[in-house]
Amino acid sequence: MPLPPPITDVEQLKNHPAIARLLAWNPQVVEGVKFDRDEMTIYVERSAIREACVLLKEDPACPFNAFSDLTCVDWYPSEPRFELVYHLLSIPNKERVRLKVKLNSSSPAVESITSIWPGANYFEREVFDLFGIRFTGHPYLRRILMPEDWEGHPLRKDYPVEGYR
Amino acid sequence: MILNMGPQHPSTHGVLRVLLEIDGETVVRMMPDIGYLHTGIEKTCEAKFYQQVVPLTDRIDYLCPLTNNLCYCLAVEKLLGLEIPPKAQWMRVLMNELTRINSHLVWLGTHALDIGAMTVFLYCFREREEILKLFEMVSGQRMMTSYFRIGGLALEPPLGFFDRARHFAGYFPERVDEYENLLTSNPIWMMRTKGVARISADDCLALGGSGPTLRGSGVDFDLRRDMPYSSYEKFQFRVPVSQDGDVYARYMCRVQELRESIGIVRQALDGMPEGPVKADAPGIVLPDREKMKTQMESLIYHFKIITEGFAVPAGEVYQAVESPRGEMGYYVVSDGTSKPYRVHMRGACFANLQTLPIMCQGKLLADVVAAIGSIDIVLGEIDR
Repeated sequence: MPLPPPITDVEQLKNHPAIARLLAWNPQVVEGVKFDRDEMTIYVERSAIREACVLLKEDPACPFNAFSDLTCVDWYPSEPRFELVYHLLSIPNKERVRLKVKLNSSSPAVESITSIWPGANYFEREVFDLFGIRFTGHPYLRRILMPEDWEGHPLRKDYPVEGYR
Repeated sequence: MILNMGPQHPSTHGVLRVLLEIDGETVVRMMPDIGYLHTGIEKTCEAKFYQQVVPLTDRIDYLCPLTNNLCYCLAVEKLLGLEIPPKAQWMRVLMNELTRINSHLVWLGTHALDIGAMTVFLYCFREREEILKLFEMVSGQRMMTSYFRIGGLALEPPLGFFDRARHFAGYFPERVDEYENLLTSNPIWMMRTKGVARISADDCLALGGSGPTLRGSGVDFDLRRDMPYSSYEKFQFRVPVSQDGDVYARYMCRVQELRESIGIVRQALDGMPEGPVKADAPGIVLPDREKMKTQMESLIYHFKIITEGFAVPAGEVYQAVESPRGEMGYYVVSDGTSKPYRVHMRGACFANLQTLPIMCQGKLLADVVAAIGSIDIVLGEIDR
């Protein structure tokens, strides 16, 4: 069964509640959209991620009230190197949306969303631990899975699978 | 005083370490410390072919290996755009619900043991043994089953499997009555669990809680019913919800889920469709052993899948399923090659563990054990 090609045109997708909400607030923060395999992705401008999350959480029509997941993908050696991937879930509307933030390789940092969802705490610590991305405003940004004195960030693509010997 | 609990404490259900700041018997602050079981599975996945990741997923949440298999297979099938035959989908539902019962039985047994009810543990493991035998029948393995493969199932279920499963489904509800007789209105059990480790729905949601932990606080959300996958929409079942948000409420949710799950098992057995258990996708699904000996094409496909895998179209997918502990999600990114570019597992326990400090703050030290048991953590899933 051939897959339908992804839709990346904002005009076609602007009726989606999350995209409509963000465009109504500030069209500049939406860097791009993608609808692929029944899943909606919105690329959000780096400095606006916290406010975008607040907006989507408090959307009266379709509140994305649950924070599902946060992770990162390393596209080494291309730039911008890191892609942070946020998955939000709307429990009343049974809808999911994926937000993405692109980060450069030199001292990657982004604003923490723990003030909106305290549940993002461990997820941000995990991304910090395994990818070395800093979250400004995080209450306790320490390594979570690896030992405190570990060197390097294991999930980066330039980190060998078998580790440094 | 700072008290260190774990990582080798019998009631932390694995290698969880908890730092407790206590004032007399009262917990002032609590800090879970995790990572003792971190094995880097996400990194390992990036070096394997897509089909080689399936056995790794078993080892993440070792109490519900089939749910992990299902979640990963669904994610890759979505990336591939692969349709699964109905019999395989129904078998997946059947096995998944048996896994849920299996996992809940371990939870109930150990949780009761922590609080001091020894008998329940022995009763639960008696029924769990039968489920493990059913797993062994279909896959040859009791725990690390790897029975679901990309494109369907590993094998047809063997002769006699359905009869044995039906027999189990027949007597299991009485056994749940036995557990409930021991606990549900037992005054000691109620004193240890009612009003203990309470959490509100808003707090639980904000902290990322899901599954029975969230439903115990009154949020009526179950991925099987609300965002169905693998033909769950064809099954009738109730989603148990309690309003109290305490240990007892979570206990009631899970015990009622045992009854609902056996109902789904019965429906799956009654309505099991006929047909193949693997998708017709040569080059992705391994050919039958018999065909390999007689057909050149099958032999070539087998050789190619084993030695170089199969390419998956570039893209990304987040697939979530309702595991016994809550929302289990797999985020798989493909760059068009035969190895996944990135596999991320969203563990339900990883998020649920964050609710623990709120549950225990300002409460008695003795209730910490009840609280840890009530969120049903598996450290394999938390640390990966």
